[in-house]
Amino acid sequence: MLALQILIDGFAISALYGLAAVGFTMIFGVSGVLNLAHGGIMLVAALIGWFVASSFDTGPFLGAAVGILAGLGMAYLTYFVVVRPIQRSRILPAAEHEIFILTGTLLWGIMIQVLMNYLFTDNPVTMRPMFPGVVYLLGVRTPRNEIMIAAICWAVIGLLWLLVNRTRAGKQLLAASINPRGLTLLGFELSSIYLLVWTIYGLLAGLAGVLLASFLGVGSANAGQLTASAFSIVVLGGLGSVSGSLVAAYVVGYLETITAYLIAPTLRPIPALLLLVLVVYVRPQGLLGRR
Amino acid sequence: MSHPFSARRVLLCATMLTAALGLGTARAAEPIKIGVIGEEAAVAGASITRAAQMAADEINAAGGVDGRKIEIFAYDDHSSAADAVRAFQRAVNQDKVNAVIVSYISEVVLAVEPWAARLHMPTITPGAASNDISKHVHDDYANYKYMFHGWLTSAFIAQAICDASHDNLVEKLHMKTAVVMSEDAAWTTPLDVRYLECLPKAGLQVLDHIRFNPDTTDFTPIFNAIEAKHPDVIITGISHVGVQPTVQWHDQQVPIPMAGQSSQATTSTFWKDTNGATEGVITASAASAGVALSPTTISFSEAYEKKFGAFPAYDGYTSYDEVHYITEAIKRAGSTDPDKLVDALEQTDYLGTVGRTQFYGKDDEFTHAMKYGKGFVTGVDIQWQNGKQVCIWPADKCQGKLTFPPFVKLPPQAATQ
Repeated sequence: MLALQILIDGFAISALYGLAAVGFTMIFGVSGVLNLAHGGIMLVAALIGWFVASSFDTGPFLGAAVGILAGLGMAYLTYFVVVRPIQRSRILPAAEHEIFILTGTLLWGIMIQVLMNYLFTDNPVTMRPMFPGVVYLLGVRTPRNEIMIAAICWAVIGLLWLLVNRTRAGKQLLAASINPRGLTLLGFELSSIYLLVWTIYGLLAGLAGVLLASFLGVGSANAGQLTASAFSIVVLGGLGSVSGSLVAAYVVGYLETITAYLIAPTLRPIPALLLLVLVVYVRPQGLLGRR
Repeated sequence: MSHPFSARRVLLCATMLTAALGLGTARAAEPIKIGVIGEEAAVAGASITRAAQMAADEINAAGGVDGRKIEIFAYDDHSSAADAVRAFQRAVNQDKVNAVIVSYISEVVLAVEPWAARLHMPTITPGAASNDISKHVHDDYANYKYMFHGWLTSAFIAQAICDASHDNLVEKLHMKTAVVMSEDAAWTTPLDVRYLECLPKAGLQVLDHIRFNPDTTDFTPIFNAIEAKHPDVIITGISHVGVQPTVQWHDQQVPIPMAGQSSQATTSTFWKDTNGATEGVITASAASAGVALSPTTISFSEAYEKKFGAFPAYDGYTSYDEVHYITEAIKRAGSTDPDKLVDALEQTDYLGTVGRTQFYGKDDEFTHAMKYGKGFVTGVDIQWQNGKQVCIWPADKCQGKLTFPPFVKLPPQAATQ
C-alpha cells in the first residue's frame, strides 16, 4: 500500500519536475544559456494565474491560461531585456558571455522574486484544482487533479517530441543544438530559432508554474528552490539533453518521495543533492549528457 | 576696529537661539514616539503596523495624551531577525522612540530582546509566543525587565487549545486520540511540550508527534503517516506555513479534522488564500470578528475591516491594545523614562480588544507575559464555516456549532448523535 502510494505520488511530482526542466535544458542545448531566472518565471505564471482566477472569478482554466501567457511574457522579457543584449554585446568578450548571462539571469530572477513578494506577499498561493475530487487507484486515495497533472505533463512532453522530431522548425532547433555554426552557414537565422526556443520555454515554464500552483502551491519564497531543482535535474540528466532531463526528473522525484515517506519529510531534498554531487564527481557530463 | 562677530557676541547669540528653540519645543509638546516593527509581506505580520497606526490615529483624534500626539515609526523586518535588530537600533538611536512593538515571530523577538535590555527600551511583542521571551525576563530581571510579552506564551496557547479541545472535541464529539503536527520553530518547542502534557489530561491520547520543516511544500507524506495512526483529530502548531497544508489536506480529502493553532487561518483572507479549502479547520485566535470579548473588540475589528478590506490577524488585536496601554502607562508614569515606564507597564490593567490584560510579576514563572485564564485573556477558538470564522469557544462567549466537510470522518458516537 505504501509502495503504491509512493509510486503514484512520485510519478506525478516527477512528471511536473520533468516538464519544468525540459524547457530549461532546451534553452541550454540550443543557445548555451543557463537561465537562473527560471524559478521566477514559474512564479510569475503561478501568481498571475492565481490572481486572475481568484479576483475575477474566471474559473481555474482561464486563470491557468492567463498564467501561462504571463509566464511566456516573462520569458520574452528575460530574453529581450537580459539575455539578448548580453549575447549581442561587443563590449563584453565573447568568452565571457555565458558567465554574464548566468549572473544577469540570477539577478533578474531575484528582481522578479522581490517584485512578486511586494505585490503578492510571501504567502504561498494555491489555484483551485482544475479537476476536484479524489479517486481510488488500487485502494490509494489520489486527488483527481494529481492524475490529470501527470497526464497533462506527459501529453505536453509528447507534443514537444513531435514538434522537435517531426516538424521543420523542430529540426532546426535540433540542428542548432548540435552545430549552430553549420546552421548559420546553411542560411538559417539563428535569432529566429532562439526566439522559437524561448517561446517553447516560456509556455513550458508557465504551464509548470500553474500546474504546481494547483498541485502543491507556490509562493515567492519558492523561486530559488524551483530554479535549484530544475538546475540539479538538468545537471544530473546531462546539460542540454531532453531525455536525460526526463530520466533525471524521475530519479530525483522518486528519490525525494521515497525519502519523504520512508525516512522523514524533513530530509526530502538531501539524497537527491548527494546523488548530484556523486554524479558530478563520477560522470560530470550527467546521465545522458553529450558535452 | 573690533570684528563684529567677537567670540562673546557669538556665544550670546548662540545662547539666545538655544533658549528660543528650547521654548519652542516646550510649547508644541513633544510627541510620544512608538516604534513598530512588523512583517509587511507576511499574512500574520502585516496587521501589526496597521493596527498600531489605527490606535495612534484614534488617540490623536481624541486629543492625544496630555496634549502630546502619538507618532508611530513603522519598520519592516522582512521576517528577518537581522533586519529587525537593525530596525530596533535605528528606532532607538536615531528615531528616539519611547517604546517598541515588535513582530509575531519568536526567532525575531528573541533576537531583539537582548537589545531591549542593552538599550533600556521598553519593548512588547504582540504575537510571538516562545516561553523563552518571558523566561529571560524572569532569570535576569534587572537587565531584561524592559521586555514585555503582549501575547500568550506557547504554554498558554497550548493550554487554551487543550481546554477548548476538551470542551468541544472530547465532550461533544467523543474524540479520544490525536496526532500533534507542528512546524519546527522556536515557538512550537514549548507549545509541543505543553500539548503532550495537557492533551491526555483533556481526554486526547497522543498517538504521534510530528515536527516538520517550515520549508515543506508537499505534505502528502506527512498526512499519510498521520492517517496510518488513525487518530480522531490532528492538533496543529503552524504559523509560518498554513496555505499549503490546508489546501493539500482538503484536496487529498484527509478524513481527519484539523484543530489547534494555525496562525494564518486567523486572518479573514485565509478563505480566499485557500480557495475555501479551510472549510472545517479549527484554530485558536486572539479574538474573533463579531465576538465581544470586551466592548472594543467589535468596534475595532469592524473599523479595521473598513479601512483595510480584511479583518485583523490575531496580532492586530494585541498590537492595537499595546499602543493604548503603552500610552496609558506613559500617562500614569508622567514620563517616558524607560525605568518609570517599565514600572507603569507592570501595573497594566487594561480592558482591550482581546480581554483584560495584566502581566505576570517578577516572581511568577512567566515574568512580564500576559496573564492567561478566565477573567483575563484566553483567546477564542474559531472554525471556518462557509467563508466565515465562527467562534466555537469559550462557551460563555460564543455558541457556534461544529460542522465539518463531508470527507472528514468523526468518531462513530459523534456521527450517531
